[in-house]
Amino acid sequence: MSQFDLYSEKVMEHFTHPRNIGVIKDADGIGTVGNPKCGDVMKIYLKVGRRPVSNKLKVKNEKLKTTEDYIEDIKVQTLGCGAAIAASSMFTEMVKGKNFADALKVSNRDVADELGGLPPAKIHCSVLAKQGIEKAIEDYYDKLKTKK
Amino acid sequence: MKRIYLDYAATSPVKLEVLVAMNPFLVQNFGNPSSIHWFGRQARSGLDESRKIIAEFLNCDPTEIIFTSGGTESDNLAIRGIINSKLKTKISSFTKPHIVTSEFEHHAILHTCKDLEDRGLAEVTYIKPDKDGIINVEEINKAIKPNTILVSIMYVNNEIGTVQPISEIAGVIFECNKQRTNNKIFFHTDAVQAVEYQEMDVLKLGVDMLSISAHKFGGLKGVGVLYVKKGTLLKSTQTGGAQEFNYRAGTENVAAIVGMAKVIQLLDVKKKAKDSMIKLRDYFIDEIIKMIPDVSLNGSREKRNPNNINISFKYIEGESILLSLDLAGIAASSGSACTSGSLNPSHVLLSIGLSHEDAHGSIRFTIGELTTKEEIDFTVNELEKIVKRLREMSPFSKEN
Repeated sequence: MSQFDLYSEKVMEHFTHPRNIGVIKDADGIGTVGNPKCGDVMKIYLKVGRRPVSNKLKVKNEKLKTTEDYIEDIKVQTLGCGAAIAASSMFTEMVKGKNFADALKVSNRDVADELGGLPPAKIHCSVLAKQGIEKAIEDYYDKLKTKK
Repeated sequence: MKRIYLDYAATSPVKLEVLVAMNPFLVQNFGNPSSIHWFGRQARSGLDESRKIIAEFLNCDPTEIIFTSGGTESDNLAIRGIINSKLKTKISSFTKPHIVTSEFEHHAILHTCKDLEDRGLAEVTYIKPDKDGIINVEEINKAIKPNTILVSIMYVNNEIGTVQPISEIAGVIFECNKQRTNNKIFFHTDAVQAVEYQEMDVLKLGVDMLSISAHKFGGLKGVGVLYVKKGTLLKSTQTGGAQEFNYRAGTENVAAIVGMAKVIQLLDVKKKAKDSMIKLRDYFIDEIIKMIPDVSLNGSREKRNPNNINISFKYIEGESILLSLDLAGIAASSGSACTSGSLNPSHVLLSIGLSHEDAHGSIRFTIGELTTKEEIDFTVNELEKIVKRLREMSPFSKEN
């Protein structure tokens, strides 16, 4: 691909073969971001699992959790341009299997870099993907509250 | 990969006849038409001949043909030229001149009008088209005020291909002008998309000015015409030498102009192909509607340029459709914001009342004389797959 192509090879790869597309029935958290008026909407579905915390994290004399929430499965539906589809695909791939803290550390810049760069006008697509994950996690906590 | 070009409204391939006609004016008859020596006279005769050919096509006098660098410059000259001429007349009680135009003009008209408004040089009324993409003649009549000096309405809309009632509008303006002793209203039309398929006799149209652009119908990019009827109070915007009857300074693009005249000469014959193009266009539209659910045609079916197919696909976005089409070798365009670089989708689609969503999910196909039924079949086939795939991804599809 020449430097004059609109999108990088990685973006095109994620556009033509997007990962984690679909829905999760009985999702533990759902986050919808964007606006059909703007032509960009992402809906993130989370399946949250519980797993023992890795031994490496144990610190002496600290009261620890022995288990943690993590993203067991994640799916996304996207209405949007090539960058939006690619960003949502890449983001879900990067956070899948992570605990919430690590998932939230992934920045939109990380995603854009991982995709080999996005045109400046399309950076907002990666921002939207991050917001989607944040919203889904928020929704998970909201659901927990109501369950109690 | 076989490439299928369906974006003729954007530009067209240069015809072979154009290249042949242009050639002598590049290396042999390369002189500056303003020079009095032999070289200049050779170039000048090419220029004069071209002017005659185009004047014959438009049914006007050769002195009413101004060569420009294309549609955008012609539009700018038409609007700014009228306003500049008005401003030249220092009347003590100066009222801002008024322009009537439409909401869905090409940006060359809209941004020029907005610029004049911003600079306090004119006030502008933008008429809204109806939901079929047609300007109501009565709306123009109502908008005309004592200080109106220019009406500019495009002949064929570049996005949805709808054809405006230019002669009727001219009639309305003619009636208004009967009551005016001075302060005549001039009528301009941007005919850039109309040249190949519509009536182009300027007397029948009743316009005072008309813009055309060569690269839309087989000529070179960077050359066009503004027809300016005798008696139109126009002041040049590009100043310098006395070329183009003092309307447009600058050494003429002789070779490109000769090429443009050549392709215009061939056009009359092409008008006979209008019916077969309409058939092909209708076939394209009908096939899409037949094969793909939740789609809609944008703009009137009947009052439509023979080459235009503009469709909204529900639940998905235009740029992703275009990208997928491009991967399949098919070239088209879209009304989505993502392709325009702004936050808002096509102003044309919004002006005919489309929702933002439908505007974002729109694709424009424009066919040409080289387009075949096979290419259309292939495109519809690919479209079906593309739309299905994108709808499966979308949070809005009926299935989801």
